[in-house]
Amino acid sequence: MAFDKMELKDIEVWDGNFAAAQALRQCQIDVVAAYPITPSTPIVEGYGKFKADNYVEGEFVMVESEHAAMSGCIGAAAAGGRVATATSSQGYALMVETLYQASGMRLPIVLNVVNRALAAPLNVNGDHSDMYLGRDSGWIQLDAYCPQDAYDLNFIAFKVSEDHGVRLPCMVHQDGFMTSHTAQGVHTLSDDVAYGFVGDFKPMNDMLDFEHPVTHGVQTEEDWHFEHKARQHNDLMTKVLPKIQTAFDDFEKLSGRKYNIVESYDMDDADVCVICMGTSVETSREVATEMRAKGIKAGVVGLRVIRPFPFFEIAEALKNVKAIATLDRSSPNGAPGMLFNETAGALFNTQARPMLSGFIYGLGGRDLTKAHLVNIYKELQANVDAGKVTTQLQQFIGVRGPKLAFL
Amino acid sequence: MLELRWHSRAGQGAVTGAKGLADVISTTGKHVQAFAFYGSAKRGAAMTAYNRVDDKVIMNHEKYMQPDFVFVIDPALVYTSDVTVNAKENTKYIITTHMTTDELIASQPKLEGKEVYTVDCIKIAQETIGKPIPNTPMLGAFMKISGMYDIEFFKESMVRILGKLPQKIIDANMIAIQRAYDEVK
Repeated sequence: MAFDKMELKDIEVWDGNFAAAQALRQCQIDVVAAYPITPSTPIVEGYGKFKADNYVEGEFVMVESEHAAMSGCIGAAAAGGRVATATSSQGYALMVETLYQASGMRLPIVLNVVNRALAAPLNVNGDHSDMYLGRDSGWIQLDAYCPQDAYDLNFIAFKVSEDHGVRLPCMVHQDGFMTSHTAQGVHTLSDDVAYGFVGDFKPMNDMLDFEHPVTHGVQTEEDWHFEHKARQHNDLMTKVLPKIQTAFDDFEKLSGRKYNIVESYDMDDADVCVICMGTSVETSREVATEMRAKGIKAGVVGLRVIRPFPFFEIAEALKNVKAIATLDRSSPNGAPGMLFNETAGALFNTQARPMLSGFIYGLGGRDLTKAHLVNIYKELQANVDAGKVTTQLQQFIGVRGPKLAFL
Repeated sequence: MLELRWHSRAGQGAVTGAKGLADVISTTGKHVQAFAFYGSAKRGAAMTAYNRVDDKVIMNHEKYMQPDFVFVIDPALVYTSDVTVNAKENTKYIITTHMTTDELIASQPKLEGKEVYTVDCIKIAQETIGKPIPNTPMLGAFMKISGMYDIEFFKESMVRILGKLPQKIIDANMIAIQRAYDEVK
């Protein structure tokens, strides 16, 4: 091989950004087209340094915007190569048009999204506004809770996205700063083991296969547009979760680290639980354990796969719980909140009809403290004791001023 | 759980110091976390960085912390920001200053009754490394006050972490760490 391998310790102290950059290096990407934006910049910066230091041999294309970055990725993926990039926030928003192109053209691209608030007002810190913005774009969305997850899920992303039965682009989300700039111990894979897991890129319908000419980026009006979109949705609904499960199983055999489509913590006998994403899942787990010592049977449900939404897996995880709080880290701007809505939808036609309340929290990087979570669990227990939701259905936590509650 | 808070100015190396410390501690089998509050702060702006150390995997991602140790690596921050915020009764302070501990406490009454140690990390860094980057000397002082690791083990670990820097800079950092270890009071 024309590039050098890197010796890694079994445990490296990496932040989420560097963990993602290392995973991209180990996957040996053919083309990275990228434009920097806080807090995702160190991913492509780190990857660029690996390129300069001869640890990777692919192309690194510096473009003039995030729209161009994703457009470059689309062109390279259509040509037939392994492709990845990273972005956040405003850059992600600028990419949105091309996100739909990538998924509609069935191109396996891996996008590391370091979640950050959306302006206005301008804010560089972590919330889930950008992640929520892309949730109808036809991409697979995986969610990391810590730097270890950000590393591991990149391998899962390539494995699933490039599968010829899937051929859909995949985002790996991590919380801006709380994961991306927080250094923690990361168990590594050796370069050979990591590459062996994702394997060589196997092209499909690639434009550079002149023996088998294909067309990409076509126009279809009412005659065929709906069939294309329906087929894409069908594959997201039926094919992706089984492939993710297989990839999780294979990865567990390789690394000993077990990932699940829905991550349930202490849910077997839980009376109350929160459902959330990102770093909040881990903080909630710590608080749930502390609540059990105080006599409240608390659990946590974390979404590992946001899209396709694990409708039945969520219903299964929540079937025995009495009161649930959904924690949305994005302003729903006139609605109850994505997690509230999806969870309600998953539960509505089941026998289990637990009490559901929603919380909006953490916008613009506002801290979610353990004390906030203690209060939520206590409130859920009060609902259980009263046999009804005793508060309004949507509450804001951690925001200054008079208490905000709606619905 | 051991929790540390750094008070620094952006550019003085608190983040690098926090990550370096985490790296050293990680090699001894403990679990670590190092993070900082950034915002859009520019070089010279007051900022804080944090370490958590535990025997089990660290799940807590809240930014709120009641630190066991507070490091202040810029002397003026004792006056322009509250370095005692969210402190515990037994929080220990290691503060960069040219003053004696008594003079410092007299100049900032908030520190009265607290366990305060002083060392001039800025002067040490200037005289050894040649730049006012007080992060590695602060870690030397921390080794002395906490007794966390043998100073020779710590210096060996820091040589590995400083890795690809020129040998002259690495050597200067080792002298800086040892001096702060010896001079902190």
